[in-house]
Amino acid sequence: MEFAELIKTPRADNVVLHCPFHLAVEGTLCLTGHHLIFSSRRQDNAEELWLLHSNIDSIEKRFVGSLGTIVIKCKDLRIIQLDIPGMEECLNIASSIEALSTLDSVTLMYPFFYRPMFEVLEDGWSSFLLEQEFELLSSVTNEWRLSCVNKDFSVCPSYPPVVIVPKSIDDEALRKVALFRQGGRFPVLSYYHKKNGMAMLRSSQPLTGTNGRRCKEDEKLVNATLRSGRRGFVIDTRPLAVAQQARAKGGGFEQEVHYPQWRRIHKYIERFNILQESFIKLVEACNDQSHNMDRWLSKLEASNWLTHIKELLTAACLAAQCIDREGASVLVHGSEGTDSTLQVTSLAQIILDPRCRTIRGFQALVVREWLQAGHPFQQRCAQSAYSNSKQKWEAPVFLLFLECVWQIHRQFPCSFEFNEQFLIMLFEHAYASQFGTFLGNNENERAKLKLPQKTMSLWSWVNRPEELARFQNPLYEANSLVIWPSVAPQSLQLWEGVFLRWNRPSKFLEEAEEERINIIKYNKELQAKVNALRRQLAEMETDEVEQEE
Amino acid sequence: QVEQVKLLDRFSTSNKSLTGTLYLTATHLLFIDSSQRETWILHHHIAAVEKLPLTTSGCPLVIQCKNFRIVHFVVPRERDCHDIYNSLLQLSRTAKYEELYAFSYNPKQNESEQVKGWQLIDLAEEYKRMGVPNDYWQLSDANRDYKICETYPRELYVPRTASKPIIVGSSKFRSKGRFPVLSYYHKNKEAAICRCSQPLSGFSARCLEDEHMLQAISKANPSNRFMYVMDTRPKLNAMANRAAGKGYENEDNYSNIRFQFVGIENIHVMRSSLQKLLEVSGTRGLSVNDFLSGLESSGWLRHIKAVLDAAVFLAKAIAVESASVLVHCSDGWDRTSQVCSLGALLLDSYYRTIKGFMVLIEKDWISFGHKFSDRCCQLDGDPKEISPVFTQFLESVWNLTEQFPQAFEYNEAFLLQIHEHVHSCQFGNFLGNCQKEREDLKLKEKTYSLWPFLLSEQKKYQNPLYNPDFSPELTLLEPNTVSFNFKFWRNMYHQFDRSMHPRQSMFNLIMNTSEQNKQLEEDIKELEAKIKLRNGQSDVVLVKEQEQTSHPAPMALKSPPCFQKEHPPMAVNDAVRTIEGSNTADNRYSELVSEFSKAEPAVVSLEYGVARMTC
Repeated sequence: MEFAELIKTPRADNVVLHCPFHLAVEGTLCLTGHHLIFSSRRQDNAEELWLLHSNIDSIEKRFVGSLGTIVIKCKDLRIIQLDIPGMEECLNIASSIEALSTLDSVTLMYPFFYRPMFEVLEDGWSSFLLEQEFELLSSVTNEWRLSCVNKDFSVCPSYPPVVIVPKSIDDEALRKVALFRQGGRFPVLSYYHKKNGMAMLRSSQPLTGTNGRRCKEDEKLVNATLRSGRRGFVIDTRPLAVAQQARAKGGGFEQEVHYPQWRRIHKYIERFNILQESFIKLVEACNDQSHNMDRWLSKLEASNWLTHIKELLTAACLAAQCIDREGASVLVHGSEGTDSTLQVTSLAQIILDPRCRTIRGFQALVVREWLQAGHPFQQRCAQSAYSNSKQKWEAPVFLLFLECVWQIHRQFPCSFEFNEQFLIMLFEHAYASQFGTFLGNNENERAKLKLPQKTMSLWSWVNRPEELARFQNPLYEANSLVIWPSVAPQSLQLWEGVFLRWNRPSKFLEEAEEERINIIKYNKELQAKVNALRRQLAEMETDEVEQEE
Repeated sequence: QVEQVKLLDRFSTSNKSLTGTLYLTATHLLFIDSSQRETWILHHHIAAVEKLPLTTSGCPLVIQCKNFRIVHFVVPRERDCHDIYNSLLQLSRTAKYEELYAFSYNPKQNESEQVKGWQLIDLAEEYKRMGVPNDYWQLSDANRDYKICETYPRELYVPRTASKPIIVGSSKFRSKGRFPVLSYYHKNKEAAICRCSQPLSGFSARCLEDEHMLQAISKANPSNRFMYVMDTRPKLNAMANRAAGKGYENEDNYSNIRFQFVGIENIHVMRSSLQKLLEVSGTRGLSVNDFLSGLESSGWLRHIKAVLDAAVFLAKAIAVESASVLVHCSDGWDRTSQVCSLGALLLDSYYRTIKGFMVLIEKDWISFGHKFSDRCCQLDGDPKEISPVFTQFLESVWNLTEQFPQAFEYNEAFLLQIHEHVHSCQFGNFLGNCQKEREDLKLKEKTYSLWPFLLSEQKKYQNPLYNPDFSPELTLLEPNTVSFNFKFWRNMYHQFDRSMHPRQSMFNLIMNTSEQNKQLEEDIKELEAKIKLRNGQSDVVLVKEQEQTSHPAPMALKSPPCFQKEHPPMAVNDAVRTIEGSNTADNRYSELVSEFSKAEPAVVSLEYGVARMTC
């Protein structure tokens, strides 16, 4: 298919662009296969807007006489308005945008056409391999092994080709366990707590069904992670009632009789359409400037968004607490083990592991616990908060995770190497990107699409020194402690950087942030200078002493 | 003195407690825990003491403070608890001003320092700074002996054309004699903020002198002939007042006025609103939705927004339309003070400096008779007179500092400290209800002023991000008052609940770094001077020196001992990057684990504050 077929009117003049908190600008609008480009004709201060079609969540059109207006709502929550003279032109452009922003074939997406303008210093596709992770692990323990049982994705289609499992469990046993877990997602190592040797595993629900099926290999696998005489905790992200109902559909949970060394905790984390609705309601509330105080607060409450944040943080803290304070191993799962499970395991690592709070470590975490672990990005992030089509696969699961990281970041502003912009950037790229990283739903699909060969990795771009500098937190000082956030409602805040980003002028806040950075930078310069001067003076003094001698 | 008293953590669900000894002094309640940490509570800060039903571990005693600290003691013997309870009730309720702490507080200043302290803020100087007296405004001696209005200061500025009979006539037509006077003069726009109380208009009464008075005010503004009259009350309240012979200005009787209601609620609504807010925020195991709906139903943020909206309206009338504005409410000492002072703060960057903010409080709150004593319950009095009007003012300012992080010379700690001392009765400034009362009490001789004390520790209150050039002197600060900008002020209402705050304070870090930068700059100057001195001594060294600076040798230096003494190695932010409360028990998710594992204490042994570390 040629994009040209979809573009009925490639160019329109005298278009007026309205962006929130900016003066309206007149200019020319161009449509290309993947971008909507607007450029003002003014010579002095040429403004350009490049918008990826895939960033467009929904568009609305309306007419006053022959003047058409298109309102474009983006996945990064921005809303822009274009006034286009001429009814036909406007209709053509609207329908072209609509078609181009809803291409259904992955291989037509921009990442397959994008050619980087920068030199690739390091190929991001091979920056974070599980093998490297395992090497690090091997240096502290030999209780684990790398298994290639899934090398052709036949045992578990949503797992990566290699996984880390207890050394005592062979591939044959893994195959059996896979049959006992939904989608073949047998328990694998998610995190190893060096401090006390405790492990966090993740999986999907066991297929016990109504007649209480059991799987000896599964029991053996999870028990292999326990120290003798110690207990472990299963954190089930569903309420007990839901877990019980799941048995009727062949699912279920670990029963005490078969897992006597394990205690099960049900910690409910909301999923799918409930989250998506919550997201939509929150964005609606934030976008309405006319709300009086009561209405704003009740809308904020009705969205339930902050409740989800609190629940998720609480569950992650609980998992971290079991490992660090109780000295117990933990197995986390919900139903499929691709959403709430990953939220909990990845957030627990942010709390426990200082490495995950570095830029590189956080990237590795996203790769390991989200991309390789098979979070279906393509399904979950197909649409954002403005979409009218209510498909049931969309859910801001990853955004919720990022926001929880932000909440912890706010409470420990010196413990993270990256800044808020880094998290916002990941949110944007998960929903629309020129890079192939977040395409596909799992490693299997990514391999079939040949993404590493045909597209550029986000990490190749992010890890260039120029880009890294933008994402660095000037306050960062490595902190080797476990960081326990407060989950009191008074301690949680709306993530303004995402939800109010386009709804209020941010100039003063940005300038203040710049000033903070300047103070820190200046401090470093001064320290260096003082040290140099002291050295100089000291040398002069010793010289004098020598001369006197 | 009572031993073996337990101090419970307000929010902890695991009934964690500190055991220690409780002391009662003449002015303070003191608790010293087993690790010798001290908690001081000033008796004047105590808002309420409550004895709860006896439990197995003892008799619980809950103390609520005016600075929003809540402490929960458990006293082993009921008898002791009863005694403490009674003593505290007596000590926290003072019948006479002379018994307040300020009269016994002695900061070891001599008499001249004390006098100088009181002279630090000079309102005559402030009016001069604004540009009055001038061709249109003059100092009136009408109230020099408090004959016209007891609750106003002696020195008042009025339009030159307002003669004494007009002033006297107008004052008789205004509640409590509080006739229209100048609060702030904007010299660029030649427009004024004036303040007064409600007119005694009833349903139809008029007063020619009062009408003349308003005319004089509008004529005193050469750039705009019409003026706004802002009634800061909700319209319904103002109308109800008419039945009592009070009310609001009838536009037909006054020429050139535009009348406007702004709808800020009265002191009683504000009092119960704060009460509700505290109930909600004090709930244990609060859910997000209960918090948000409680925040909504308390109405607190709605009130803050109303106050700030009114101030924005006022400031815009002056800055955009060059129109003078007369502000009043009922008596003109609560809402009027809020709106006038915030309006001026938006208009004039001087009030965004530390000194300027003191002047602003001294002018619009203290001198114009905001009833601090009644509103803050300094003496045992009518509980219906208590109201957090001044707290709301501080909270509005805090909201502005959040929106304009570089516009204010002072920081949040400054606002909190002022709030602390409005209630502490440690300094004389806020005692009493009006200037006359303060003079009768001879406060300037018998007590000390807060302001020099705050200035002496100015460093603590400086905003490291402050940019004096942020807004040129008289440009309007235009805050965004869309609802989502208003946030719950955690550092005010949970100031003492450490587990709720960020464990690493970005603010403190920036503060200290900025402070350190100044020190480093000094050091550099000093070092450079020393080097220069030495270079002058010996040309030989000079040559060597240049070589060395271009090749800094990373060798181990033998620095002379004297040098070490002069410059102790800088503690680089060590104190700043501490992590407090690295303990799961401080957070509310701990309950989840304790449900199934009771053998927890073995692991959880760190107390918060102990787990300090440097990273």
